[in-house]
Amino acid sequence: MKELTEVQKMMLQKVADMAKMPTEGAYNLRLNGKGFVRHSSEHIDIVPKEDKPGIDIYVKEGTKGETVSIPVVIDQSGMDDLVYNDFHIADGCDVTIVAGCGIHNCGCDDSKHNGIHTFYVGKNCHVRYQEKHYGAGDGTGGRILDPQTVLYIGEGSEVYLDMSQIGGVDSTHRYTKCELDDGAELQILERLMTHGEQTADSEVDVFLNGVDSRCQITSRSVAKDASKQVFYPRVQGNNQCFGHVQCDSIIMGDAKVRSIPEISANHVDASLIHEAAIGKIAGEQILKLMTLGLDAEEAEQKILEGFLR
Amino acid sequence: MLELKNICFSAKGETGGVEILRNVDLTIPNGKFIVITGPNGGGKSTLAKVIMGVEKPTEGRIFLNGEDITDLSVTERARKGISYGFQAPPRFKGMKVSDLLSCAAGRTLSHDDGCKYLTQVGLCSREYIDRDVDTSLSGGELKRIEIATILAKGGNVMIFDEPEAGIDLWSFSRLTGTFESIHRNTDASIVIISHQERIIRLADEIIMVSDGRITEKGPVEEIFPKILANTTGACSYLEEA
Ligand SMILES: Nc1ncnc2c1ncn2[C@@H]1O[C@H](COP(=O)(O)OP(=O)(O)OP(=O)(O)O)[C@@H](O)[C@H]1O
Ligand SMILES: [Mg+2]
Repeated sequence: MKELTEVQKMMLQKVADMAKMPTEGAYNLRLNGKGFVRHSSEHIDIVPKEDKPGIDIYVKEGTKGETVSIPVVIDQSGMDDLVYNDFHIADGCDVTIVAGCGIHNCGCDDSKHNGIHTFYVGKNCHVRYQEKHYGAGDGTGGRILDPQTVLYIGEGSEVYLDMSQIGGVDSTHRYTKCELDDGAELQILERLMTHGEQTADSEVDVFLNGVDSRCQITSRSVAKDASKQVFYPRVQGNNQCFGHVQCDSIIMGDAKVRSIPEISANHVDASLIHEAAIGKIAGEQILKLMTLGLDAEEAEQKILEGFLR
Repeated sequence: MLELKNICFSAKGETGGVEILRNVDLTIPNGKFIVITGPNGGGKSTLAKVIMGVEKPTEGRIFLNGEDITDLSVTERARKGISYGFQAPPRFKGMKVSDLLSCAAGRTLSHDDGCKYLTQVGLCSREYIDRDVDTSLSGGELKRIEIATILAKGGNVMIFDEPEAGIDLWSFSRLTGTFESIHRNTDASIVIISHQERIIRLADEIIMVSDGRITEKGPVEEIFPKILANTTGACSYLEEA
């Protein structure tokens, strides 16, 4: 049995809440650009792709209450990893997908991971997708993550995307695209924190094509030091539908944040809203916590913790 | 015991300094229940902020149990046992009621302990403990959560700024009961800024603050009739005019 190092275990814990490799259910751990362990379950098949790096994940019709974990860990400096993961989720499934990528770079070369995830979600499904990105290591090499997530959501299905980048990633460009069929519902919660000289930008395109499709995009970010963030959440209403985009950023130090939500309607019964706000932590909030006995630094920490939860 | 000696406070206005507190002398012994009342804009909240350290007095000294705390920060005063429930508490995106209560208590509260404080302010704890302290709360709910945080924090001088504001009749009696029980069971000084007769009647002592000064001070039986006389006086004046 192949063993994980302590660093690899720590990264795995950070991005997928896994203290050790699971012993049951469906999972696939990708380590330094190669499959490390893979396991299919009765209802979920994981098959390596033949023509390019990556896997196909087949979730059988009516699968309920199962979790698939497909974390990626990179701890080799200079690694440039590109992977295609396709999820084929049949009708009537209720599943949770735990993805995530941790880069630990102690060397001087850039380490890079591009995960391209495509979801084909059938009818009447409930899908939760959790993705955490995290970087660590004290090398001078960059930790770079450019993920793409593409979803085709079938009739009456509900999808919840929970994507967070909790620190240590030097440069990220994320792209998320979703197309929704009749009665489909999408919720995106995106959380991002940057510090130092980091840059992050996130583009989201949602197409509300089906009648009575709905989406809610919530983006919360904290930009510290001299970091830079750009958000482009775009929602297009092509039918009777409802969409809501909410971007909220806390800016600190010398950071720069741009938030450019766009809503466009091509149907008279499309109802779309966007809200965007950027500001520093409200002085009143810090003051309130200080009157409860926290010092200014602790108060700030608490406020950010809550904001990004 | 809290002592204010010759406290003055002025803020910068458009035309130079505006005097908001003028030569306030005040002693609040341990275990006393004091209500501060007076007209809007009289300086009550400013006085509370000066005690908490949110505003620095331009003149005068503040002593807590004999120690000069005038130059201490808000955090230091909070740790020494001064607590202040804001008149208009802020909201926090993403912070849960249970988090705020734990911050106030200075330790991670168990579910039951957190709920206990909410019950004391008349909130159905099950429904609120996991809610965010954000714009989804109504004004009265937010206000009661603010009071609950002060109960969770405790302290030896507890100041509540218009705790009754926006609170319904049912929760109100629950709240006055809570104040009475703190008064009975602890040695803390309770200072409540209020315009409410039912709260004023609970006090050991009433302090009238008007135009930045303490204009009246004394036991309820003595001061309350004067307040009533004053307000009706103002009315008849209006009628005559
Ligand atoms: N920072 C400030 N700058 C200028 N004026 C101020 C400042 N803070 C308070 N004031 C003024 O000082 C006066 C006293 O305000 P304060 O909030 O203490 O009144 P209050 O007695 O609590 O009134 P209320 O009953 O309405 O709550 C008001 O006229 C207010 O406008
Ligand atoms: Mg006031």
